[in-house]
Amino acid sequence: MSYIISLTLTLFAFWLLLSGLFTPFLIGSGLCSALAAVFVARRMDVVDRESHPIHLGARVLAYWPWLFKEIVKSAWDVSRIIVNPRLPISPTLIRVKTTQKTAVGVVTYANSITLTPGTISVDVKQGEILVHALTCEGAAGLQSGEMDRRVTRFEGAD
Amino acid sequence: MTAIVDIASWACLVCGGIFCVIGTLGLVRMPDFFTRMHAASVTDTLGAGLILAGLVMQAGFTLIAVKLLIIGLLILFTSPTATHALAKAAFVRGVKPVLAANRSESSNP
Repeated sequence: MSYIISLTLTLFAFWLLLSGLFTPFLIGSGLCSALAAVFVARRMDVVDRESHPIHLGARVLAYWPWLFKEIVKSAWDVSRIIVNPRLPISPTLIRVKTTQKTAVGVVTYANSITLTPGTISVDVKQGEILVHALTCEGAAGLQSGEMDRRVTRFEGAD
Repeated sequence: MTAIVDIASWACLVCGGIFCVIGTLGLVRMPDFFTRMHAASVTDTLGAGLILAGLVMQAGFTLIAVKLLIIGLLILFTSPTATHALAKAAFVRGVKPVLAANRSESSNP
């Protein structure tokens, strides 16, 4: 039930954001559209914790700043490699263990790996991700497992 | 006050532009498919992120700023998904990545 309420509010807020006009008619039709969309989504059985993970809630605020810091750091490293005339790359393929229990957790980890420049998740299997890294330092940094631990903490025990 | 915001926003826009150019330069310089994708990800993380941050500062506290943040959120979720789809498609189709071990062998026979 909380997922339905939260999805309705999210869709309604999105409508208000895109319209930017606050006449009673437009607010009313926005509410009706949100309710209709939620009704269809419920009939399709896609309103659950996987498609709409509100239970992660506040933990996003702890994870994203760290992720942004990592993105800026590795984007800076990759930029320095690109402008270096010798192009000092050492492409590596490695397998990284995952300790997440849920699909949302593994997707978050794989996407975080891809989002940080210098590492791309190529293939996701049970319990491990095949990663292409631009440098062997980047591969070693990933294998130290700090991102894995943080994503597992972000995913939570439930 | 507006002058400070203007300077900060232009600094973000210019830096974002520079990172976009660096990413594009990397796309040309890198030797193979997978390493080119690493260069491209500089453009759509730091390049796009800084440009959006600069535009948000120009917009101030308006609906436009929120819309720009939503665009940022969209990029945050779609860009890694698209990159992963591309990498996986190439890998499954048998594109062999150039690896450091093979590269040093071929350059020093």
